[in-house]
Amino acid sequence: MSVKETNDPKIIAFCCNWCTYTGADLAGLNRSHYPENVHIVRVPCSGRVNPQFILRAFRNGCDGVMVCGCHPGDCHYSTGNYFTRRRFTLMKRLLEYNGIDPGRFHARWISGSEAGKFRDTAEEVTAMVRKLGPNTRYREYARREMSADE
Amino acid sequence: MRKYSYFPGCSMESTAKPYRLATEYVMGKLGIGLVEIEDWNCCGATSGHTLSEALGLALPARSLALAEKRNPELDILTGCASCYARLRLAMYKARTDERAKYIIEKTIDMPYAAAREVYNFLDVFSLPDVREGIAERVVRKLTGLKAACYYGCLNVRPAEVTGAPDRENPTSMDEIVALTGAEPVDWAFKAECCGAAHQNDAASASRALPHRILRDAQSNGAEAIVTACPMCNLNLEMRQDGYVNRTGMDRIPVFSLSELLAVAMGASAKRIALEAHYVPSAAVLARALRRKDA
Amino acid sequence: MSKIGVFVCHCGTNIANTVDVERAVASARELPGVAFASEYKYMCSEPGQQMIKDAIEEYGLDRVVIASCSPRMHETTFRKMLKDTKVNPYMLEIANIREQCSWVHTDKAKATEKAIRLIRMSVAKAARDEPLFASSIPIEKRALVIGGGIAGIQAALDIADAGHEVALLEREPSIGGKMAMLDKTFPTLDCSACISTPKMVDAGAHPNIKLLTSCEVVKTEGYIGNFQVTIRRNARYVNHDICTGCGLCETKCPVKTDSEFNHGLSKRPAIYKLFPQAVPSKPVIDKNSCLKLTKGKCGVCEKVCPLGCIDYADEDREFTETFGAIVFATGYELIDWTALYGEYGGGRYPDMLTGLQFERLVNASGPTEGHIVRPSDGKEPKTVAIVKCVGSRDPKKGKSYCSRACCMYAAKHAHQILDKLPGTRVFIFYIDVRTPGKGYEEFYDQTRKDGAIYVRGRISKIYKDGDKLVCNGEDTLLGKQVKVMADMVVLETAMTPSSGIEELATMFGVARDVNDWIQEAHPKLRPVETQVGGVFLAGTCQGPRDIPDTVAHASAAAAKVVSLLNKSEMETSPMISVVRREHCCGCGACEKICPYTAITLEEIDDRVGAKRVKRPIASVNSGLCQGCGACTAACRTGAIDLLGFRNAQILEEVDALCL
Repeated sequence: MSVKETNDPKIIAFCCNWCTYTGADLAGLNRSHYPENVHIVRVPCSGRVNPQFILRAFRNGCDGVMVCGCHPGDCHYSTGNYFTRRRFTLMKRLLEYNGIDPGRFHARWISGSEAGKFRDTAEEVTAMVRKLGPNTRYREYARREMSADE
Repeated sequence: MRKYSYFPGCSMESTAKPYRLATEYVMGKLGIGLVEIEDWNCCGATSGHTLSEALGLALPARSLALAEKRNPELDILTGCASCYARLRLAMYKARTDERAKYIIEKTIDMPYAAAREVYNFLDVFSLPDVREGIAERVVRKLTGLKAACYYGCLNVRPAEVTGAPDRENPTSMDEIVALTGAEPVDWAFKAECCGAAHQNDAASASRALPHRILRDAQSNGAEAIVTACPMCNLNLEMRQDGYVNRTGMDRIPVFSLSELLAVAMGASAKRIALEAHYVPSAAVLARALRRKDA
Repeated sequence: MSKIGVFVCHCGTNIANTVDVERAVASARELPGVAFASEYKYMCSEPGQQMIKDAIEEYGLDRVVIASCSPRMHETTFRKMLKDTKVNPYMLEIANIREQCSWVHTDKAKATEKAIRLIRMSVAKAARDEPLFASSIPIEKRALVIGGGIAGIQAALDIADAGHEVALLEREPSIGGKMAMLDKTFPTLDCSACISTPKMVDAGAHPNIKLLTSCEVVKTEGYIGNFQVTIRRNARYVNHDICTGCGLCETKCPVKTDSEFNHGLSKRPAIYKLFPQAVPSKPVIDKNSCLKLTKGKCGVCEKVCPLGCIDYADEDREFTETFGAIVFATGYELIDWTALYGEYGGGRYPDMLTGLQFERLVNASGPTEGHIVRPSDGKEPKTVAIVKCVGSRDPKKGKSYCSRACCMYAAKHAHQILDKLPGTRVFIFYIDVRTPGKGYEEFYDQTRKDGAIYVRGRISKIYKDGDKLVCNGEDTLLGKQVKVMADMVVLETAMTPSSGIEELATMFGVARDVNDWIQEAHPKLRPVETQVGGVFLAGTCQGPRDIPDTVAHASAAAAKVVSLLNKSEMETSPMISVVRREHCCGCGACEKICPYTAITLEEIDDRVGAKRVKRPIASVNSGLCQGCGACTAACRTGAIDLLGFRNAQILEEVDALCL
């Protein structure tokens, strides 16, 4: 199986349980509509997000990745998001080096009360990723690996 | 040397002769270059925008676009609060509102990038180095001149357009006036509407507006009012007959910040045509110049 | 092969209207590892839960995926349910197809597709779930209440009455807070001091309550049941162990400085009690104004004190205590209107008062013994303008929220003026009059009948003309400009969170809302809890409210504290980090990144080839680990992993989405 050649991007959003995940729940409570393309993976802290997860997503043909955590200074675990910030500044450059457009990757700070910001971010990132088109960079590689598995 | 694209505005060319002469004198002393915008046109105040939104934006934007085309490296400067309000709004709208920018460019048939800032004299005189320059060039002190600094509403409002730090109690002019040895008084009508725009079409609503400004200045001990706008200046002077009749108060001289600075920098009354004022202002300045430091 | 049960909830029509539940179930049946899939109208209901339990029994399920509302809503419910079954409560995954799918999407086909993907992701993660077992930690049966206003006092008394020890911390030298400053309380007009001072005295004398006045929190560590709080007691320069509070020192002190209790309307000495009914009723020295402490001369209080209590060498002292629960009762402050409202003179005119200043002015124990006179010349005002919503409901200049109590105390101020100075003209400028409370509307109505003139409109400018304060505004009901020549103006200013709340909230990891009020755990269902276990909220630190609501809120917080402290131990989350020793290289990156110092390097005996060696490896203290997972992302060898959110599980989710 491989990602279909449509321009309906798949976006994965790693969201901190304490802020952005709550903010996304609040967006639901407010019935704030955003594109179906965004899929949330719940993590305890944005600092939990291992760069490996993101590389895997892009390798598998995921079109966009978001990492969302608490605003700097407001981390539920006091310092986790500072590491996130540092880690993903470097991450962007690594992606660029690997031929992935940095516009496919977004690290954002969205608190539990910022439902509107979550909706806006989801819309904005989806629009941007849609503009970039499908992520086919590792399609061939993935296909080969999968057929080797079989 | 500082240089600006300069938008004089119609009042500067007509009723505000002392203001114009004093501005030229002061800018010369300070070494600030004013490059008049070639083929500038009416800024649209005060009726343009009430007739048509497009007209209200396009009139000032045309002059700005011309300025940016001719001297793309220069910011724009004007000495009139009404012009400043219109120019600044056109700049702000072109930057923040895509629709407005489209209307503007369509109407004036020119690109307008709004890349340069629009400033008024207060902005420039408040720059640290200019302020230092003023302090250095004051050759005679206007000791103890009790001056009420009148900013004019359009130099500070609306805040999101002008970016003025305090639109209710601005202090930039007070600080500049204090450099000349004059004493700015603390009063409540620094940025209140003087009603200049409607003296002819809505006299009954607007005649009382300059009166309350004059009254508050005088009741707080001011001997003179210092302005930053030729329209305000004209209006505060020309309405004093009615004021004197109505309140029984004395007349109070009104002159621009440029004139005050010019006098302190050594300009003679004649050099800046002080006699052109409707309410005589030479005497109060002369008195301050004679006064010795207490 | 795992045996996963998938249960898709309709949530009435909340999910079923936008997601084709039957299709979701059908596609779930096809997923690898799924042994059973079904649907129900309300999974969280009793019959819904029974259905899951029956299915576990019948099909021998070993893990469960529930596609329903947010896990933040019902994860605990379903974990509890699993306790009665053979399935470990942590072998549960929840696919959030309500808040993050059906409620935010409208296209049914697309929403169904997304729901299917979300379920697929949860199933993939569940396949790698492993049984986890919660451990328990002992609970320190003491509470710390931060803030000694009426909220803190009420919470402390309720907790203490239930038999638990309480420390009541207040940064001022006396408890009492804002309520002690008030004159009368609406709508009953009973004297504020008469009802609050007995409570203060009770709190001061209660055997279970320890007062920590002149104290501030400087550091905190630990977690629910075991907070280690470091407190600084600011130097008092008076030995309260021997002081009897005779007050001789206060009468002899030569210094006169602005009284903070009277909001600058009167002076106080440098050695002072905050107010006459202060608890503890003993003075302290203000080091900023005391002549002995600032200039080294004077020493009068030391000479006159009959018991030798004065100690100029006193110093700030820090100490650390352990508490099982924390109550925030830090209260509010009035917004600094002088910085925001230049059009009202920016504080230039002495006859413009804030609501709290007016409370002191009209109070019999206040600076004028309750006579309403102008601070500038001591004359009685003939016309008073009361301006409401100064800083409230004003997103451009102040705060966008309503401060809730002002409508009522503005009516009370008007009533008091009309009562003490009959014939005075009182104008109240308002946007709306909000009187939701027992007896509130009736009180407002009575104030109007008493003669207060309500004018609907904001004041645009206040300036001085002669000795009058001219208030320009608009009567928006008449559509006319109005001008009131007032002798005195009272500004009913917005409530804002107390200064220092940011530091305190950050210390405890408690979230603040956009206006810096402390964020409650749920706006409707958990109004006295925070996101941080063991930290509770009482009163206006959570948002503006009046006294009855504050007291109710404080008692509710106390009830939560008591139910926590009544347990002797509590379960901790088993979702913590674990180290695979054979993979750990002992680099220590995780040790540095851990915010809880839960990771240490320990030395183990190991073998490299045939050689015995000692080498360091990371070790996690399960009592301290909070499960943030920061260490897992820092680990180079992948040796450290987070239970419940293992690397492999999240990667499975990623893979499942990208299929």
